[in-house]
Amino acid sequence: MITIRLKQQDCKSIIAHAKNGLPNEACGLLAGKADGDVKTVEKVYLLSNPDSSPEHFSIDPKEQLAAVKDMRANGFVPLGNFHSHPSTPARLSEEDIRLAYDGKASYLILSLAGESPVLNAFGVVGGEVLPQVVDLLD
Amino acid sequence: MKLTVSGNEKEYADGLSVAQLIELEKVETPQYVTVSVNDEFVESGAFAETSLNAGDIVEFLYFMGGGQYGF
Ligand SMILES: [Zn+2]
Repeated sequence: MITIRLKQQDCKSIIAHAKNGLPNEACGLLAGKADGDVKTVEKVYLLSNPDSSPEHFSIDPKEQLAAVKDMRANGFVPLGNFHSHPSTPARLSEEDIRLAYDGKASYLILSLAGESPVLNAFGVVGGEVLPQVVDLLD
Repeated sequence: MKLTVSGNEKEYADGLSVAQLIELEKVETPQYVTVSVNDEFVESGAFAETSLNAGDIVEFLYFMGGGQYGF
């Protein structure tokens, strides 16, 4: 099973970004190092959601381009993306799965539906959802 | 001519179009790919008629999006 190692600080940034974006979904990209089944997140890109919707998100290609260049300059590889679910659980929706084209990417979902935020990670290979482990680092 | 594609500089045939490059580079699910040439985005309907020039910097970006409903 694939493990995503995420710094506590980066997790907090993701939660803050998602809360700032309410009532809309918030999103961003993850970059770092991949070593076999272990992906270590070195940088989180907090991006805007051009859909400005509580039910949808997309990554702005301009911001995506800038992030990809920054990753390359830092020697990082793209690891995947994250987005928030303001009022549904931390799992991939049908639409999330349908739009998950990249079999190598990790898709992180942060749910703000409950009292405390829940962050889960998944891979999607050929339409099949494979849960991944999020390992929070100090 | 030399092009830089996804950060790698390589030699390509002169007059190559964006559509031909997509085929050559075996880009998966090209219908969901946004292409930028020297930081300008190419209209998705214009891949075939957009030809590349020596020194161009090309990036392929996968559309990323979703929604919270529908299980
Ligand atoms: Zn979603």
